[in-house]
Amino acid sequence: MHKGKGMKFVGDSRISAEKTSQIPKDYSEYPGRTEAFWPNFLLKEWLAGSVFLVGFLSLTLAHPSPLEGMADPTDAAYIPLPDWYFLFLYELLKYEFASGDFVLIGILVMPGLAFGALLLAPFLDNGPGRRPKQRPIAIGMMLLGLASVIWLTYESAAHVDWEARAEANKPVPESAVEVDTEHEGYAVYENSCASCHGGELEGGPAAPTLLGLEYSAEEIADIAVNGIGGMPADIFQGSDEELEQLADFITSVNEANAE
Amino acid sequence: MLQKLYDWIDDRVDITPIWRDIADHEVPEHVNPAHHFSAFVYCFGGLTFFVVVIQILSGMFLTMYYVPDIENAWKSVYYLQTEVAHGQIVRGMHHWGASVVIVMLLLHTLRVFFQGAYKKPRELNWIVGVLIFFVMLGLGFTGYLLPWDNKAYFATQVGLEIAEQVPFVGEQLKILLAGDASIVGAQTLTRFFAIHVFFLPGALFALLAIHFILIRRQGISGPL
Repeated sequence: MHKGKGMKFVGDSRISAEKTSQIPKDYSEYPGRTEAFWPNFLLKEWLAGSVFLVGFLSLTLAHPSPLEGMADPTDAAYIPLPDWYFLFLYELLKYEFASGDFVLIGILVMPGLAFGALLLAPFLDNGPGRRPKQRPIAIGMMLLGLASVIWLTYESAAHVDWEARAEANKPVPESAVEVDTEHEGYAVYENSCASCHGGELEGGPAAPTLLGLEYSAEEIADIAVNGIGGMPADIFQGSDEELEQLADFITSVNEANAE
Repeated sequence: MLQKLYDWIDDRVDITPIWRDIADHEVPEHVNPAHHFSAFVYCFGGLTFFVVVIQILSGMFLTMYYVPDIENAWKSVYYLQTEVAHGQIVRGMHHWGASVVIVMLLLHTLRVFFQGAYKKPRELNWIVGVLIFFVMLGLGFTGYLLPWDNKAYFATQVGLEIAEQVPFVGEQLKILLAGDASIVGAQTLTRFFAIHVFFLPGALFALLAIHFILIRRQGISGPL
């Protein structure tokens, strides 16, 4: 840095009025074929980054991120599994020497030793040599740890039927149908029709949906009394006033959800 | 025009030395894949940072729709996934990025380890790097709960049960994370959200800054 007498400043600030060069240093004096980072090497780095980004986006497009059904704490049959990079810790806890009475070995001692050694590696492996052959113990421990992690992850993942799992836990979209439960005909519908046609008119194994009907209110009232197709007559048991309310309710739901 | 604007700012703020500190450094031959293709192993660290940037950006966009509340969390993710334009891609980037960043981080760690690049004088930077690894795993663990689907809920429950078994501080640790001694619920979700979006990213930025300053200070390790 430039110091001493004769320095010029911008106004009364401490910013030097003398311009520094914006030309990168000449690295040709350095050993080997050294290159300036800016802008030469950065342009090549961008190229590598772009290739990586294309690959990454292809992965994203080819495999949409999974989403299972909304969390249901009462679902006792659900078998929990952590994310893949925690599987090895999860699998470790299944071994006898790392579970039950010895669970502390599984959750603290073994991971603690492994990750503690990783954290303090420079002090455990403190010889001057950098080549793998000069530090067989460090390399050996790392290979051992790596092999165990890969093996545990494989053991954990190999026994899971991932496709069946995804199939069994598909997200259930919420019904978009709005049913006006305040409607006076709703109670009649619940009594006479809901057991087959469903609480939201969605239909069921025994009867089709009542959404998207083309019938008028009178025709619906007629079907409710006399039946149609596989639907027998006299399912509806009520007064004429209730029949009118029922027909009005079914047409109103159809109209409200017509769009 | 641009040059004048730059000079105007530089006269007042003296920005040239700031960015020149970052821009002016040499790239030695042994780390340059243009000269030795095997030097691509030196890309892993940079690519890890690249994925971290993707995670930050996609995460910022996700919070525009996500609601950290047990009633609406799953619904907001489902809506994002099915209704929002490109929502599936943004969530996909964040979901897959979480895995890719672990892979790249592992490759970077192995490169540094097998080359013995952590030896004197770079011990501190190795420790900072391993701490970044831990923070990243923490981000994975907390981010997993946020969609509030079955997988998230039950995996978190198992994780918290494991935390509870830690001697002496287990109970407190679980309450700190879950907000309650026995319930995994509304408190847990908001706490995990806060940890995932504020606490751990804060720690990550600080550690990354130290990591990069140390690299600039010490330079990249020499050839084997």
